[in-house]
Amino acid sequence: MKDAIALRFTELPIVERTFPVLAIVAFFLVWEAACRMFDVPVFILPKPSEFLAVLFARWRAIMPNAIQTLYTTIVGFGLGVLVGAAIGACIGLSRFVYRVTYPLLIGFYSVPKIAVVPILVIWFGIGTVPAILTAAIMCLFPVVVNVATGLATTEPELEDVLRALGASKLDILRRVGLPRSMPYFFASLKIAVSLAFVGTVVAETVAANIGIGSMMILAGSTFDVPLVFAGVFLLAVLGVAMYAVFAFIEGKVTFWARRNADIAA
Amino acid sequence: MTSATAALALGRDAPAAAPADVFVDVRDVKLDYRTGEGSTLALDRTNMTLRRGEFVAIVGPSGCGKSSLLKLASGLRRPTEGEVVVGGSAVLKPIKIVGMAFQNPTMLPWLRTLDNVLLPLRIVEPHRSQFRAKKSEYERMAQALLAEVGLASFVDKYPWELSGGMLQRASLCRALIHDPRLLLLDEPFGALDAFTREDLWQVLQKLWMERSPTVILVTHDLREAVFLADTVHVMSARPGRVLVTHRVDIRRPRTLDDLFTEDASRLVHELRSHISHDKVV
Repeated sequence: MKDAIALRFTELPIVERTFPVLAIVAFFLVWEAACRMFDVPVFILPKPSEFLAVLFARWRAIMPNAIQTLYTTIVGFGLGVLVGAAIGACIGLSRFVYRVTYPLLIGFYSVPKIAVVPILVIWFGIGTVPAILTAAIMCLFPVVVNVATGLATTEPELEDVLRALGASKLDILRRVGLPRSMPYFFASLKIAVSLAFVGTVVAETVAANIGIGSMMILAGSTFDVPLVFAGVFLLAVLGVAMYAVFAFIEGKVTFWARRNADIAA
Repeated sequence: MTSATAALALGRDAPAAAPADVFVDVRDVKLDYRTGEGSTLALDRTNMTLRRGEFVAIVGPSGCGKSSLLKLASGLRRPTEGEVVVGGSAVLKPIKIVGMAFQNPTMLPWLRTLDNVLLPLRIVEPHRSQFRAKKSEYERMAQALLAEVGLASFVDKYPWELSGGMLQRASLCRALIHDPRLLLLDEPFGALDAFTREDLWQVLQKLWMERSPTVILVTHDLREAVFLADTVHVMSARPGRVLVTHRVDIRRPRTLDDLFTEDASRLVHELRSHISHDKVV
């Protein structure tokens, strides 16, 4: 419903399916050509061919960092989604809880997450834990907001139909509230997983000895710019892959929501 | 005869004054909505009785408490004063023998039409605990009901594949699947075009004649009230009270032609006059 990509990928005409790929290829070709044409020094902006070569040549050294970042992101994401869904459910089901906690939530939301990292370091030391927690904090809010919205938008008439038959709050939640909030929930997962990546890398650049973020900081300090770009590229690839996974699951689980716009009711 | 004895046996705490076949009895009901600081009086000393199996229509200006009356009858709300008696006992909580349909059909978009219609059986006892065991029997029931309203070939479709009129037909099926003894309809055809609406009047009349639930229909459409109801109550503007009650003595099954007779037209006109009298233009 809020998703612009309204059609299933395989339903698209062939042109629309291939163009996104072409756009990515074209982007890197233009980059490559521009660097060659203007003879840009490698320590300012390396050519795609250069950092891709670095990525393959030093893959053995890069891979543990990539795995660490992926692991941290997934654990942080899982944690954030669990806590976020729980908080969202409380807020969405109770007007009172919503009223009471809303200002507090906005306050937390307004704090730049990077400012939290030093505190986490004081509590947990340098390493994986602060990165996991930063990732979790980053992806908490979209999940909270979307789950709460999904639960709060149950039609009152339908609730009456079921309550008149003796349905409990739990019945209504199970039959109506939860399924209804699924599209909101999955839409938030796509955003949350990208934000979890941001959180992980931010924490890694500040307080870690392993991970893509830490690797990029080290590479930067030795002017190994192609390695920095190899890290950026790797993050982009991982980010797109995770997004795609959740977009796919979303399409399977909430197929009905994308056609909702068609019905006036 | 037998129903009268049954009602007597049930109605131990019903007053002797009420006739034995009264199924719904609204007695001196007052309803206050507390909203923020103030409160709104939605209903004031409202009285109404429905015989078992009677079709009653309630008409009146907007915001006259018609929908509130349905909430009281179903037990979703309790009156501030007075009481509502259904089937011999006072309504204190949701009474579980009602089916409801609204202007908004509220079909769940992730369920096929069939599963939407089956939803009440998953909630209300005794069907709820038998649902797994009797699933195929229930599905046949729902299919038969959907076929009766002309949706036989739409059983496996999702709600977003149905038109507004079809959704409202499905909504009627959902309201009737558990064979409720009290059917509460809140402007069910309000959002439909005139011809679809007339089709659905006939569908509803047929379903009612076959299953004979007691019906309260809230509507703005006076022709609809005259076509469908045995008794039409006209309510005043807020706070709502019953102003006049008219019996409609057109034989069943009624046809659309019956609406164009002089008697029917006169009745519609008469009903209209009560509503305009009460309004300050």
